[in-house]
Amino acid sequence: MSRSLKKGPYIDPKLMAKVHRVKASGVRDPIKTWSRRSTISPDFVNLNFLIHNGRTFVKVFVTEDMVGHKLGEFAPTRLFRGHPGTKASPSGATEG
Amino acid sequence: MARVAGIEIPPHKHAWVGLMYIFGIGPTLSRRILKDANVPESVKVKDLSEDQLSRINAIIDKTCVVEGALRRLIQQNLQRLKDINSYRGLRHRRGLPVRGQRTRSNARTRKGPRKTVAGKKMAKAPT
Repeated sequence: MSRSLKKGPYIDPKLMAKVHRVKASGVRDPIKTWSRRSTISPDFVNLNFLIHNGRTFVKVFVTEDMVGHKLGEFAPTRLFRGHPGTKASPSGATEG
Repeated sequence: MARVAGIEIPPHKHAWVGLMYIFGIGPTLSRRILKDANVPESVKVKDLSEDQLSRINAIIDKTCVVEGALRRLIQQNLQRLKDINSYRGLRHRRGLPVRGQRTRSNARTRKGPRKTVAGKKMAKAPT
């Protein structure tokens, strides 16, 4: 079930303020955020974000294609190292 | 032999059933097309006149994404999810369920046939 159009996309007001501040300053420092639930608005394009994944911050460069998705979709929260007992392959959790 | 939307040749079926042989056309769309083309839906495909066929073809061409074009569109959408490294893209890449279903059990549609892992203890060994 998708969100009602009447309400519009959810973007954390504080995050929005941060985005505007960064854009106004002209410096392209990454924006550190915990707000994984925020929708990526067109204003976010070409900015760097550090998105919290519960432990660390994942660096994500927002492209045009990502508009409409949530920030959290780009910072995986789980690390799967293979099943216990099986020899883990060295590839780790995130695949290229 | 009737050709609709390229190569589809549905045989001795009612028109609305025959149209569903086209990838991208289901019951609803099939009936709507026939209605728009002003063709009764229960005419057999072989009994369709040239004129009726061309009307059906024209409507499909104009309003529907079908067959190859549809398959390509689906692939593009998947590829986009993969390219932007979203969680959904990742699940597609891994061949796991995309919408948050459990994977501890079931999920066989996505995961395919069971691959039994050796060395895992059986719940209850026979004898």
